[in-house]
Amino acid sequence: MNIHEYQAKELFRKYDVPVPEGHVAHTASQALSIAEQIDGERWVVKAQIHAGGRGKGGGVKVTSAIDEVEQLADQLIGSQLVTPQTGPAGRTVHRVLIEQAQDIAHEYYLSLLIDRGSQRITVIASDAGGMDIEQVAADTPDRIVREAIDPAIGLQDFQCRKIANGIGLRGKQIHALTGMLKRLYRCFRDSDAQLLEINPLARLDDGKLIALDAKMGFDDNALFRHPDITDLRDFDEEDPKEVDASGHDLSYIALDGDVGCIVNGAGLAMATMDAISFYGGVPANFLDVGGGASPEKIANAFRIVLEDPNVKSVMLNIFAGINRCDWIAEGIVQAIRDQHIDTPVIVRLAGTNVEQGKAILAASGLNYIEADKLDDAARKSVAAAKGEQA
Amino acid sequence: MSIIVDKDSRVIFQGFTGQHASFHAEEAMHMGTQVVGGVTPGKGGQEHLGLPVFDTVDAAVREAGANVSVLFVPPPFSGDAILEAIDAGIEVIVVITDGVPTQDMVRVKRYQVGHDTLIVGPNTAGVITPNQCKAGIMPSHIYQPGPIGVVSRSGTLNYEAVEQMNELGLGQTTSISIGGDPVNGCDFLTILKKFDADPATEAVLMIGEIGGQQEVEAARWAREHMNKPLAAFIAGATAPPGRRMGHAGAIISGADDTAQAKMEALEKLGVSVVRNAAEIGKTLKGLIE
Repeated sequence: MNIHEYQAKELFRKYDVPVPEGHVAHTASQALSIAEQIDGERWVVKAQIHAGGRGKGGGVKVTSAIDEVEQLADQLIGSQLVTPQTGPAGRTVHRVLIEQAQDIAHEYYLSLLIDRGSQRITVIASDAGGMDIEQVAADTPDRIVREAIDPAIGLQDFQCRKIANGIGLRGKQIHALTGMLKRLYRCFRDSDAQLLEINPLARLDDGKLIALDAKMGFDDNALFRHPDITDLRDFDEEDPKEVDASGHDLSYIALDGDVGCIVNGAGLAMATMDAISFYGGVPANFLDVGGGASPEKIANAFRIVLEDPNVKSVMLNIFAGINRCDWIAEGIVQAIRDQHIDTPVIVRLAGTNVEQGKAILAASGLNYIEADKLDDAARKSVAAAKGEQA
Repeated sequence: MSIIVDKDSRVIFQGFTGQHASFHAEEAMHMGTQVVGGVTPGKGGQEHLGLPVFDTVDAAVREAGANVSVLFVPPPFSGDAILEAIDAGIEVIVVITDGVPTQDMVRVKRYQVGHDTLIVGPNTAGVITPNQCKAGIMPSHIYQPGPIGVVSRSGTLNYEAVEQMNELGLGQTTSISIGGDPVNGCDFLTILKKFDADPATEAVLMIGEIGGQQEVEAARWAREHMNKPLAAFIAGATAPPGRRMGHAGAIISGADDTAQAKMEALEKLGVSVVRNAAEIGKTLKGLIE
């Protein structure tokens, strides 16, 4: 789960990590009154959406005329912001962050993440801030500093000094970064974060270090112990169909093809999409029903897949281990009957209780296409989507 | 021969008295697995499925000689339950639980250092040595003894591959799913080394997916050290970048992570890469002959 910049900065404040003075506004007039309360002579108006690259998309504006804050906020709120990460449709801006502008001497990059290689929380830093860090890593890997944290003893001072040294900080700033890093590590650990990114971290003209941006993502599996963070979830930033699916414990991702997929297990679900593509079709979605799928869950899966008007056939591929084919079959029957499905449905069942499952389907008298194997099912689904017979 | 578990393995279930654990304990026994009891804190001294229930893993090790644990404990408590099993000296811990917090696994991995424990999972279908020991949730009837070692991330894709192998009369020495989480107990490389050391394993199938570099690292080692044919399938060729595909670890976060890039890297390392998921069995048959 991701949160907005202004929410991440509020979390930073609780950990005494320096951020610019500022507040979120939902309307243009709110934006103006916030600017009036903030010290300084220049203000930043930042669109709050979850996607990155907001500066490039025109979602970050600076002004030294306070009246302009209202205008800029008015332009941004309600607009569709397109950035390199949003896709062509962009995202609707519902709120803006109003901040005091800073006098920047240098920009750095700083992040904490769970590194798959070391399997530890790792700090990544660079003196090349404000840029695409993947590009920096590819072009100039020696400008990237990495430090893995031993969870038994936590982040140590000497590691912070190494990081500070690696990005060229001197004197008092080494000490300042050490304190900041240790507080960020606590924030990351306490909140079960997956990613904490500050890009840029700024050194100001007066020497202070401050987080100009803040991005945080959290481990969905740990949200049960963080009700305060769960409350920060913004459903406007998520695909309503994916929210609907997750409410039924289904993992769904919309794609742009015409062969709908209902599969158990993430690996098999990906392989099913790949097989559809191999036989000349285009998958319409990823959908994993998970383990212990009840008839209701299967019926919901059909509903969600078929809400996509592009879907011309549905391939159901179940290899039951912890699941039971008889329950799955009951779900299929229930869905086809109650939802009056006339889209061709291709069913491939295997594994636990497969004979009972096939018997339930055969006895239902419903219209479906049976397939025995993965390739057979994929071929038939692709053909059905094209209005042909395999 | 086999790796990880065999007919002498003494298996317990953590979270024993729950519905899923009970079902799969019975299935395991049905295949001939030596199940010696289970652990449910607070229910020690009772009997379940005709077997003793213990309050702690330590008691199950001391009193029933357990050395393998299959863990069905719910996510909020599973990190602690894995630590308990490591502490008790369990040799193989199979974590079925889906949804273990990642940072709990980071701590588990740290605690594992210095202990001689193999952790499989979390979010795994487990490990099976056909007709000897099933420590997992896979449909055991599709697995048959034979010369192929199978290691996958996904459970259900493992079943798919094994069914294709069955049709061609190819069985398995041992089959294992390592799970789909970004921080997991053991990686492909650890398992490849075990298959390499097992004289009964004649060829190895590795089923990977998008995300991370584990498959490539394992293949790099295999090119230098393994004298057995290695075949691989990588799921997720049609997955869009930046989206988490069900498994917490299955996300394309860089150019090296895509299925295409991984398949090409594996081919360069001499691995027989299967492009069509429906031809996994056929490819292995070709490698053996």
